[in-house]
Amino acid sequence: MTRYIFSRALSAIPVLFVVSLVTFLLMWLVPGDVASHIAGPDATEAELEAIRQRLQLDQPLHVQALHWYANLLRGDLGQSYLLHRPVLDAVVERLPVTLSLACMSLVLAVSFGVLLGVLAATKHDTWVDQVTMTGALLGLSLPDFWFGLVLIFFFAVGMGWFPTGGYTPFAESPLGWLRSMTLPAVTLAITQMGVIARMVRSSMLEQLGQDYIRTARAKGMPRGLVVFKHALRNALIPVITLVGIMTGLLLGGTVVIEVVYSLPGVGRLIIGAIQSRDYPIVQGGLLMTAAIFVFVNIAVDILYTIVDPRVRHDR
Amino acid sequence: MTGKAQAHSAAMASAWGARARLGLGMALRHRSIRVGGVLFGFVVLLAVFADLIAPFDPNKNNFRALLSAPDAVNIFGTDAFGRDILSRVIHGTRLSLLVGLLVVVATGVLGVILGTLTGYLRWLDGPVMRVMDGLMAFPGILLAIALAAVLGPSVANAALALTITFTPRTARIVRSSVLVLKEMPYVEAARACGASHTRLVLKHILPNALPPLIVQLTFVFSISILAEAVLSFMGVGPPPPTPSLGNIIAEGRSYIQEAPWVALTPGIAIAMSVLGLNIIGDGLRDTLDPRLRNL
Repeated sequence: MTRYIFSRALSAIPVLFVVSLVTFLLMWLVPGDVASHIAGPDATEAELEAIRQRLQLDQPLHVQALHWYANLLRGDLGQSYLLHRPVLDAVVERLPVTLSLACMSLVLAVSFGVLLGVLAATKHDTWVDQVTMTGALLGLSLPDFWFGLVLIFFFAVGMGWFPTGGYTPFAESPLGWLRSMTLPAVTLAITQMGVIARMVRSSMLEQLGQDYIRTARAKGMPRGLVVFKHALRNALIPVITLVGIMTGLLLGGTVVIEVVYSLPGVGRLIIGAIQSRDYPIVQGGLLMTAAIFVFVNIAVDILYTIVDPRVRHDR
Repeated sequence: MTGKAQAHSAAMASAWGARARLGLGMALRHRSIRVGGVLFGFVVLLAVFADLIAPFDPNKNNFRALLSAPDAVNIFGTDAFGRDILSRVIHGTRLSLLVGLLVVVATGVLGVILGTLTGYLRWLDGPVMRVMDGLMAFPGILLAIALAAVLGPSVANAALALTITFTPRTARIVRSSVLVLKEMPYVEAARACGASHTRLVLKHILPNALPPLIVQLTFVFSISILAEAVLSFMGVGPPPPTPSLGNIIAEGRSYIQEAPWVALTPGIAIAMSVLGLNIIGDGLRDTLDPRLRNL
């Protein structure tokens, strides 16, 4: 087991290497002169030259790449052009908002998704099944940023139950925090809920057709107990993998949702930096998000082998 | 062309043709493909005949009808420049489908090439797949936004950014099919009969690797439509005043209180296209991938 964890963690190294290379090259794709963008239109040639030297933009690409990796290994993601502070600090400061949003949606999506999936599977081929699955399909077909605006229109503008946007820190007012996070979390959860409900349903149907379920029913075990104690436990195993994949969707989704609801998370930081062409922030934000995604997937893989020992023997 | 080569290519064409006819016949018997087909077909008709169907020029300002509510003239109202929302949404749908189609074709071609090469040639597999894994380690939409931002706002660049984002997933699916298929006894038999690598790949391996790819491409199509809307909404897609669905929603966002129809109408068009494609995709998966049938 320890060996598996170790080798799985090692496998992240080439992936992270490519991830950081892509983020580095992204910067190189940027059209125009970065120095004149930082210095503004009135800068003299000497000032521009100074900036190029400071940022090593006058060096050949491979030298720049080496510097990028050397700094990265020391945990230095560079300096923001506009915020005049280290990129790492700016990103880390915004992480709690993004992560709490992602976690809240994940909890919502998994709990309701599993519930709906089980409901649809146990009522297979009835109107309950059809309504649930149509709803799930509709949920995953909605553009999330648009659905966010719909929720704002009905529940913030219309009913006035929630703020139309903005963020209240938890330390300031727990209730205010909950109010500011509810609509964003629900918006983000809707799509994922559909995906999970569909997966749980098909996984449950597969389990419910197995012999051990028939045996359990034949020996007189109540149906509810069979469904939840036997079938669901096995049906949830593939769902664990899905949670790993979903982390990517959630981390991407938070970017969009943070913009819609004006939440001060990493996503809005990145989008703001894209608009103001503060590329080190874009690089740092991308890199951090991708790294989180990679590590969550490692954790999910390890969790998978703990829950399902068959996988361990297969390897 | 020699007689033998002609017979060879005729046999190849008939093998592909028979498969296509069989697949289409099976597909049309499937209820959800028909339902999704009607829904998506309606959207396609709107997009193709946008110039004929749209009642107004999508970019024509009308300062006597700014933010006017839906009425008999402007069925879905007008925006802050007095432009007709229905006409803009119809033209926006055309743009969405165009971007989606570009991405599907590009990821399909690249996915087949990369997937076949990595599945077939061992030495190429490691390096190429590491790059693909690296690209897939980014949350998709975030990578697409960053790429589109760096490339610059335009329809072509939006399609390019989405192609780079989705190609690794497509290539992976083709690769895994090729890996299984090339070890099959029938491929071995063909090889023993002296079939060339090109013939093995084109006649024996690829036709059987296609079904999962087709299913995947349906979903790439629907995700691309959603993602293009996100890119436009974020201001890194086709620039305004281009009537793209994301642009219209972004513009309408500021008027959500006084003129909700601006932001809300385009979403229905997006949801219809995506829902139609997803239903078709589900149906195709049922017919083309027998292992998942009846689930």
